[in-house]
Amino acid sequence: MGNDWPLLSLITFLPLAGCLFILFVRGDEATVARNSRNIALWASIPTFLLSVLLWLNFDATTAEFQFVERAAWIPGSDISYHMGIDGISLFFVLLSTFLTPICILASWDAIRVRVREYMIAFLVLETMMVGMFCALDLLVFYIFFEGVLIPMFIIIGVWGGPRRVYAAFKFFLYTLLGSVLMLVAMLTMYFTAGTTDIPTLMTFGFASTLQPWLWLAFLASFAVKVPMWPVHTWLPDAHVEAPTAGSVILAGVLLKMGGYGFLRFSIPMFPEATELFTPLIYTLSVVAVIYTSLVALAQDDLKKLIAYSSVAHMGFVTIGMFTLNEQGVQGSIFQMLSHGIVSAALFLCVGVVYDRVHTREIAAYGGLVNRMPRYALVFMIFTMASVGLPATSGFVGEFLVLAGAFAESTLLAALAATGVVLGAAYMLWVYRRIIFGTLEKENLKGILDLSPREVCVFAPLVVLVFWMGLYPASFLDMMAVSVDHLIARHQLALGEAGVIVATR
Amino acid sequence: MTAPIVPVMLPAAAEIFLAAAGMVLLMVGVFHRRDATGLVSVLAAGTLAAAAVLVLLFGGEAPEPAFFGMFMTSTFAQFAKVLILLGAFLAIVLSDDYMRREQARRFEYPVLIVYATVGMMMMVSAADLIALYVGLELQSLALYVIASIRRDTTRSTEAGLKYFVLGALSSGMLLYGCSLIYGFSGTTGFVELVDIIDAMEGPPATGLVFGLVFLIAGLAFKVSAVPFHMWTPDVYEGAPTPVTALFAVAPKVAAVCLFLQVMVGPFAGLIDQWQQIIAVISVLSMVLGALAAIVQTNIKRLMAYSSIGHMGYALIGIAAGNAAGASGVLIYLAVYLFMNVGTFACILAMRQQGRAVEGISDLAGLSKTHPVMAVLLLLFMFSMAGIPPLAGFFGKWFVFLAAIDAGLYVLAVIGVVASVVSAFYYLRIVRIMYFDQPAEPLDSAVPRDLRAVMYLAGAVTLLFFLAPGPVVDMADAAALSLLGG
Repeated sequence: MGNDWPLLSLITFLPLAGCLFILFVRGDEATVARNSRNIALWASIPTFLLSVLLWLNFDATTAEFQFVERAAWIPGSDISYHMGIDGISLFFVLLSTFLTPICILASWDAIRVRVREYMIAFLVLETMMVGMFCALDLLVFYIFFEGVLIPMFIIIGVWGGPRRVYAAFKFFLYTLLGSVLMLVAMLTMYFTAGTTDIPTLMTFGFASTLQPWLWLAFLASFAVKVPMWPVHTWLPDAHVEAPTAGSVILAGVLLKMGGYGFLRFSIPMFPEATELFTPLIYTLSVVAVIYTSLVALAQDDLKKLIAYSSVAHMGFVTIGMFTLNEQGVQGSIFQMLSHGIVSAALFLCVGVVYDRVHTREIAAYGGLVNRMPRYALVFMIFTMASVGLPATSGFVGEFLVLAGAFAESTLLAALAATGVVLGAAYMLWVYRRIIFGTLEKENLKGILDLSPREVCVFAPLVVLVFWMGLYPASFLDMMAVSVDHLIARHQLALGEAGVIVATR
Repeated sequence: MTAPIVPVMLPAAAEIFLAAAGMVLLMVGVFHRRDATGLVSVLAAGTLAAAAVLVLLFGGEAPEPAFFGMFMTSTFAQFAKVLILLGAFLAIVLSDDYMRREQARRFEYPVLIVYATVGMMMMVSAADLIALYVGLELQSLALYVIASIRRDTTRSTEAGLKYFVLGALSSGMLLYGCSLIYGFSGTTGFVELVDIIDAMEGPPATGLVFGLVFLIAGLAFKVSAVPFHMWTPDVYEGAPTPVTALFAVAPKVAAVCLFLQVMVGPFAGLIDQWQQIIAVISVLSMVLGALAAIVQTNIKRLMAYSSIGHMGYALIGIAAGNAAGASGVLIYLAVYLFMNVGTFACILAMRQQGRAVEGISDLAGLSKTHPVMAVLLLLFMFSMAGIPPLAGFFGKWFVFLAAIDAGLYVLAVIGVVASVVSAFYYLRIVRIMYFDQPAEPLDSAVPRDLRAVMYLAGAVTLLFFLAPGPVVDMADAAALSLLGG
């Protein structure tokens, strides 16, 4: 703390300032497009650098909220503009600000129509994402949480594939339906507790009879976002139709909003209901891990395959989170970050070949290693990270989650572990079909390897995957205190409520 | 002690001024040598603005009611009247260009709007069932004529006739309800009614409840709540578009405020009787508004169903029957006014080769041909769907808060689910504008006054979240004045 700058607000609203500049760009279409791209990039890079400042100045020894800002907002009520981060939200902010410039860079050549609107949509999206992870007030949180829908709807619907309208509607309505139930729960909480302040609500202690209802309403929203089986069906459609950068943000950040929501609301605010519904979460997650992995095996569309693998990986996240032990929770946060990087990178990999060949059919590829060695290497790294090979980020996350799950129940760990095996099966299989083999297809014979711009896009992602895989401590140490605090408070709340906690 | 002969009139300064100014305007129109429509329009708009000033000066809390207790002012009525005047003012601004192009300019039109406004203002200030009825009829009669102002087209006359026949029916029901209430309580004054209902022991007289139900039916017709909504789509579609813009805003604000005032005022003691009726009407309106709008192809019909749905949300606040509900309703109406006026400004700007078009599909590719208008319409649509951070979300937030406050959980859940269904058709408009290819582009020239209204409404819709404070403060104060006493 001790920082006079409203750093969080600055990070949140800097992209919006970029939007304003883009609005004032004048000239013919090519000029507008070029300037919009540049402004968007030069608005998102400083945003990222500012968020690195957060990391550098973050005090990892306390579970208190840091960089707190508070301003009166709606009179006559406790609703205020309240921002702050702890060890749990810190990295989600970084993930959002990190992926946005990458997305903008990745769409540099791929997006050729309505570039101005595209860049505005992405910058608005960044504001909404960062704001959501920083919000410490229910209403502020909800506004950012829902606000994401508008730019994402436009991104999928305008720049998406042939079935984009269907996918955009499905995405929007699914998410909205979940969220409005959460809204009712939030109103109930406000009415019951008399405040919308998140830190206060965390210690409020809702009545045991009310908790399950509130918990279920929040589940309706977060389960759609994560997404958990069986409400995951919007995800493959949205991913397949979205433009590459849209998929990157969707997989990289938007799915994490659900996981983050569980950690910020469901677990700390409704401890008894959490305990009550943990078996439900385990069941849904295990089904997600195994079922969607099997579904992924049967896909012939590359993006769909990665989309289903996302559902499976997020299944690990929810398992880890609800074990509520240190390895499990840390592992699930780490897995979310890792998945944010790896699935984003995999979608970018798909985007690279899609920009060249304009198909996502797995069968349309083969033998790419002959023409694209650099691409083959990059794809290999991320495939391995997705599979969870040691030394990559995926390994750390999955290992911690499985360790946490094992402490909870052997069966749970065993079932979850089958997901790892299946994951390896479909990822390696798809990698072999695309990269190896002989280069027979006529249209692939002239394909070009990664351009310098694309190398720039992938380089930071590769570095991060290995950094997180080889030295996870620099991330885990930052979140440790906050996670311990979360678990300790959960145990305490259960003790107070007189629930018999199984010895762990 | 004898009653004073001259009534207290100062609190009604704005209404008296408007009524007198309306006659002057009529004279100007009649005796002006050339076509005076433009002049009368400008004067009428100015009159409404001046009336707003008078409302702010004299329309607040008054020490004693005007006109021997028939006319009551309060902060609540003040808030409502400012909204009504604003709605009427914007409707006049929107009309001028349209009427000129369609060669339907008549100087009576702004004068009629002024008189309808007087009626609406009387409605929200009524402190007596008779005053209520007189205000309602003044408003309705003026609006019947306005609906058929284009008497040379069958659609407009048909709309006027439908509105008249059904409106007369509802007025009849309302009057019947009033007479039953009078018969079973012996008074028409709101203040006396409160005392009589409070003094009742045991269940209220059946006749009184009957009267109340008829009264609710009549008022529900005016706010176009299901099942008394049938006239709305036809009238919205048939009336000239600027008239529809007027219908969608000012009379709705007046009727909802009147509804609220009657329910939580004289009949507050009968809340057990009316709460479930309002709740059911509210649910039906939200659900029907959401479902029926999906299949519409005419944007004015769609807006009609959309307004039915919106009235359903406003009724949630009434059903709550508490201060939070009253404040929520006012905030909802304020937001609703801007979203609707903005949307109608966009609809009025829809022209192909100079001819007004109303098909939703005519908006195809608007984002390419009219990027600014498309963005604004997108904002209005998302705002109506209640997506934050736009203004519409805050309206919903406050009424749902009131519902939770009153323990109406089921109503709140049905409300939010209906809002998801309604999001579908708002999204459909966005889809047509942004995702579809243009078929025949709309004319590029958008009249200046329409553009000004669009920008104003767009700015309010987009930036409401920055400073909701003043509106919320005023609405809270207004709700307090209504329920505090």
